[in-house]
Amino acid sequence: MSFPWANEYKPSHPFMQWMDEKLPLPRFMYNAIGAGYPVPRNLNYMWNFGVLAGFCLVIQIVTGVILAMHYAANADVAFNSTEHIMRDVNWGWLMRYAHANGASAFFVVVYTHIFRGFYYSSYKAPREMVWLLGVAIFLLMMATAFMGYVLPWGQMSFWGAKVITGLFGAIPLVGEPLQHWLLGGFSPDNAALNRFFSLHFLLPFVILGVVILHIWALHIPGSSNPTGVEIKTESDTVPFHPYYTAKDGFGLGVFLVLYCAMVFFFPNALGHPDNYIQANPMQTPAHIVPEWYFWPFYAILRAFTTDFILSAKLWGVLAMFSAILVWFFLPWLDKSPVRSGTYRPLFRKFFYVLLIDVLVLGYCGGAPAQEPYLMVSQIAAIYYFLHFLVILPIVSSIERPDPLPFSITEAVLGNDDAAAIKA
Amino acid sequence: MIRIFSILAGLAFSFVLALSFVFEAVGTAKDGLPNTVESNFHEHPGALKLASDGLFGKFDKQQLQRGFAVYQGVCQNCHSLKFVAFRDLKALGYDDDEVKAIAKQYQVPAYNAATGEVKTQPGKPTDHFPPVVYGGKGAPPDLSLITKSRHGGAAYVHSLLLGYQNQPAELLKKFPDAKTPEGLFYNPYFANLNIAMPPPLTADGQVTYAPGNPPATKEQMAQDVSAFLVWTAEPNLAERHQKGWPVVLFLLLATVLAYMAKRNVWADKH
Ligand code: HEC
Ligand code: HEM
Repeated sequence: MSFPWANEYKPSHPFMQWMDEKLPLPRFMYNAIGAGYPVPRNLNYMWNFGVLAGFCLVIQIVTGVILAMHYAANADVAFNSTEHIMRDVNWGWLMRYAHANGASAFFVVVYTHIFRGFYYSSYKAPREMVWLLGVAIFLLMMATAFMGYVLPWGQMSFWGAKVITGLFGAIPLVGEPLQHWLLGGFSPDNAALNRFFSLHFLLPFVILGVVILHIWALHIPGSSNPTGVEIKTESDTVPFHPYYTAKDGFGLGVFLVLYCAMVFFFPNALGHPDNYIQANPMQTPAHIVPEWYFWPFYAILRAFTTDFILSAKLWGVLAMFSAILVWFFLPWLDKSPVRSGTYRPLFRKFFYVLLIDVLVLGYCGGAPAQEPYLMVSQIAAIYYFLHFLVILPIVSSIERPDPLPFSITEAVLGNDDAAAIKA
Repeated sequence: MIRIFSILAGLAFSFVLALSFVFEAVGTAKDGLPNTVESNFHEHPGALKLASDGLFGKFDKQQLQRGFAVYQGVCQNCHSLKFVAFRDLKALGYDDDEVKAIAKQYQVPAYNAATGEVKTQPGKPTDHFPPVVYGGKGAPPDLSLITKSRHGGAAYVHSLLLGYQNQPAELLKKFPDAKTPEGLFYNPYFANLNIAMPPPLTADGQVTYAPGNPPATKEQMAQDVSAFLVWTAEPNLAERHQKGWPVVLFLLLATVLAYMAKRNVWADKH
């Protein structure tokens, strides 16, 4: 759907007219990301992150395809081939650092995108499908990143793969056979490395497909906005181009400055030194930690230290996956008719507690599995589940929201007389 | 329905977590926080300043040559350098003939495809540093990537090399079982405090530096070999810094222009 006042595509050049008859791809783009797509005029910079995420995906695919031309997925030579890329391949070091830091940048961007969704309740009707597809993308991203980290076959690659695939062993009865089937062996080796490479190459294109669905689903109701009040009249919107192409262009510039500064000046800051040691199945690292973007979930996994009906490990596995799966249910857990956190005083307080809670979980997930980090992550994990599963449903039924602006135009200009008279 | 189910699921997770917390809290109240020799006596590396540090860092070729001399004179007896090829040494300022001469000093394995035999022959510039056979206690790691594969990098190597000392009396008083085992050496910078590597730098002048260099004190040798190992771990570090500046400056300029364009476009909408 689009709004009745959307600009219509009228090609003037004969070639573009010919093209429009044969394959109206320019028309499609015009209506999707051009002047034919009306967008709320009041989007703040939090709405830049979707486009940035799309850009990260492109960076990862381009650098990844180039790396794959030089990488060898064989347990004997994988580590050496990575060093070969770093030392001998022209610009290989740049491709590798761009890809490794690109993954981190991607997660920074997507976490911001998700927390934007939490704050503005972007998951609510009519955008539930956008949200559901988003969570599916996030799960695919985690799988892709996990398998990508295994490829250089360093110590953390190997032991991370061992720990994470070992989680399947916690499933009663079928767990161990399942784990051996997934790995193609009893522990990560050539078979596992090869299938991880194959899947790591495939999944980004699956993500690309789901991203297209995500944006398609978004373009049906159009973007929400910081007030959460739906579009009423033309004055509430501006055409995507040039307004948001210009704003996204600036956002992309800021992103690229920060990202390139990381790549050129601090490329190893977010990595673990142990991954510059070749995988050695006989030597367990002192602390096995995943990449930083998994830390909050890793902390939840390790927070379960007591058997209760089920083994502690199984509880941890269930909780870790549930921590993401609960996001699927958000549109139905948060029943408040008001979207934006700006007009929900009580909700807003809990939102900030959640933000801090996830940072605390992240910190504990990166720390050694010992006290006091375990106790802190236990408290933080309790809050995490209570927030989504108990607090949100209750808050949304007892809270009294602040008065909403009449329209987006009123929120921006202070009044919206034209629309008020009509209404 | 979803809400009732999810509230129950949330309470179940919270209950098990709370249970875990209680057991952990009781355990910690009994045993206290972890208190090990390592948590008490492990030391973080001291500061080390190298020419390659910082956003403009470049290698000091003179220092890399000295560091290479320390590697050849000392470390090479036990440690290999397998990711470095002899021809890479040109980056240290050696010319083709010097590189050929260095390569010839080494016997590298050569595989004969016709006979299937592996023999050794004098190295060529395209060969890598050969494996090193070590008969002593412990397993000396390959040093090519050592400054990237340890927290602290070059500063760690520097502190480790100079950090050998007698076990503090206080340590033995607090942890009587933690006496350094026979054949190991106490070094508070090493993760578990007792390292199998015998102190490699034992005396000033252990390595002879070419004329025109500073005197080969222990401190100087430790610094130089650490600098050399930064180079072996990332030979194109200087190039990376050097290429980074134009990229970042160009992007900054483009971003300023993009900001002005955005202001222009939005001028009538605020
Ligand atoms: C006599 C043999 C010997 C010599 C000479 C020697 N090392 Fe070692 N080195 C070892 C051994 C053995 C280990 C393994 C120690 C362990 O794991 O306990 C080791 C380990 C190391 C480590 C790794 C410590 C860690 O964090 O795991 C570094 C760094 C190191 N050596 C640097 C050097 C440098 C630099 C030199 C030359 C100045 C040198 N070594 C000379 C035997 C030697
Ligand atoms: C590859 C990853 C992703 C890409 C490329 C992507 C892309 C986009 C784009 C371009 C937009 C419109 C611009 C914006 O609102 O920022 C958008 C909106 C949205 N995205 Fe994503 N997204 C990704 C991941 C996710 C994830 C992981 C979630 C949630 C779990 C999510 C949830 C949403 C929601 C709810 C909206 C609508 C926001 C609103 O209109 O208020 N997205 N996405």
